[in-house]
Amino acid sequence: MDYLYHILIISLIYSIFAQSLNLELGFTGLYNFGHIAFFGIGAYTSALLSLNGVPIPLAVIGAITLAGVAGALLAIPTLRLSGDYFGIATLVFAEMIHLVFLNERDITRGPMGLPNIPRPEWIGSGISSLPPFLIVTFAAAAVTFILLRRITNSPYGRSLKVIREDEFVAQALGKNTSLIKTKAIVTGSAFAGLAGVIWAHYITYISPSDFTLQETILVLLCVVLGGKGTHFGPVVGAFVIIFFAEFIRFIPIPSEYIRFVAPLQGMVYGFILVIMMLKRPQGLIPESRKFTTTNA
Amino acid sequence: MLKIENVSKSFGALTAVNDVSFRLGDTGISGLIGPNGSGKTTLFHLITGFYKLDTGNIHFLGQRINGLPPHIISRKGIVRTFQQTRVLPFLSSLDNLIAAAPDQLGENLLPLFFQPSKVALQETRNSEKAESVLETLGLLKLKDSPAGDLSYGQQKLLEIGRVLMAEPKLIILDEPTAGINPTLIRHLVTILKSLRDQSIKIFLIEHNMPLVAELCEKIFVMDSGSLIFSGTPNEVQNNSRVIEAYLGRTADAANT
Repeated sequence: MDYLYHILIISLIYSIFAQSLNLELGFTGLYNFGHIAFFGIGAYTSALLSLNGVPIPLAVIGAITLAGVAGALLAIPTLRLSGDYFGIATLVFAEMIHLVFLNERDITRGPMGLPNIPRPEWIGSGISSLPPFLIVTFAAAAVTFILLRRITNSPYGRSLKVIREDEFVAQALGKNTSLIKTKAIVTGSAFAGLAGVIWAHYITYISPSDFTLQETILVLLCVVLGGKGTHFGPVVGAFVIIFFAEFIRFIPIPSEYIRFVAPLQGMVYGFILVIMMLKRPQGLIPESRKFTTTNA
Repeated sequence: MLKIENVSKSFGALTAVNDVSFRLGDTGISGLIGPNGSGKTTLFHLITGFYKLDTGNIHFLGQRINGLPPHIISRKGIVRTFQQTRVLPFLSSLDNLIAAAPDQLGENLLPLFFQPSKVALQETRNSEKAESVLETLGLLKLKDSPAGDLSYGQQKLLEIGRVLMAEPKLIILDEPTAGINPTLIRHLVTILKSLRDQSIKIFLIEHNMPLVAELCEKIFVMDSGSLIFSGTPNEVQNNSRVIEAYLGRTADAANT
């Protein structure tokens, strides 16, 4: 049961992370291969602030804000780049952030990582903290879902899709495409920061090796598998991928082979991604062609 | 209305537009013709801000517009279509049009959360307007179809509809009738004439000469990047330089 709680918490964190990427990749068509950087910035900022005595709610707000600001810093120079070049720039950005975590030892303790990240007292620690932590994570995922649905089921969301379909047309119709894309990246980064924050306070130990390309591929897979440009797709994708990742832990592999098999995990995800792209590019939940704006 | 002064644009050694100057006054529909590669589309890109010009100035309604980004020029009232149709294939026909409505409050994030009723009201109005435009175009029954599923001609019409939604003062059309069947062409001609009667100015590139002669009050002719002639359809048809640009020199001229 406790193990199930754990998997649910991780799935919900990844659902927030995947939804934030979906805003950029699914709705706006921005192939951000460095999304893990904002997850990492959220995690490190909240961890460092709360370890240095800042109250946790303030640390959380600070971390989300900084992730959003970092998104703007990435967006402003890179949005001049088109398509593939934008993807490469984001990939490099994530590597830069990873190197900052690794090498700014005075701040981040480098490869040693940050242990004993505090949690709010009413959640506590240990096994008894799992149900309340699950509730908090569920609430955060629900808020993310509602806010992002509101943002995308709107004229703004439609302008994102116009940019995704044809950026020249968007400009010819008077849309300020750089501004619209920057807002999408800032919003996406802030929600990725939120996912990172929850993760840091859940795991209570973070190190630079948690924020690498492998994690970006995992979240990319959640979005693509689930269905990019949809609301439920990334959530479904996150649950399927995390449950799958936990399930393969139980495959009985003789211990002498573990060191050969473990690296295969990444290959398996890459393989699924390729198969999905070829056989079902729309994902498990295909995007509806009919756009609806919620008036609620 | 539109004033083009000494505009030039080169790509490397190739001068695509060479010192072109002209004005579009109160003419309802003006045409731009010339052989392939004569710089017509480049000139349209320059007017709409998609290319930056090397020299010269472009004024629209008394304001200088060269150097402004395309979306600002569009908001000032010059709205264009593209030579290759560019509908938004995964959005419905209706959404293709609503997307073009100007000044949408709901395209900003804060009003979405703080003025939702205003946003919803505007959305309803834009949607009604889009439906009426679709009706004019004869595409209303396809409003929920993805634009990518429409026929080529219907996509061309949808593009015109999109331009109308943007509330333009001057419409710039790059080969609006290329590749569509004669029935749709007549439909398009009716639409363009009704726009002219609503005092929306139209400037178009077109290779269909009988159509140009029928629609345009004034025609500008380009060849090798330069403006070689301008006048009424009759004057253009009888001008030797224009005939030469299209058909080459006459046999005895070429032999001597």
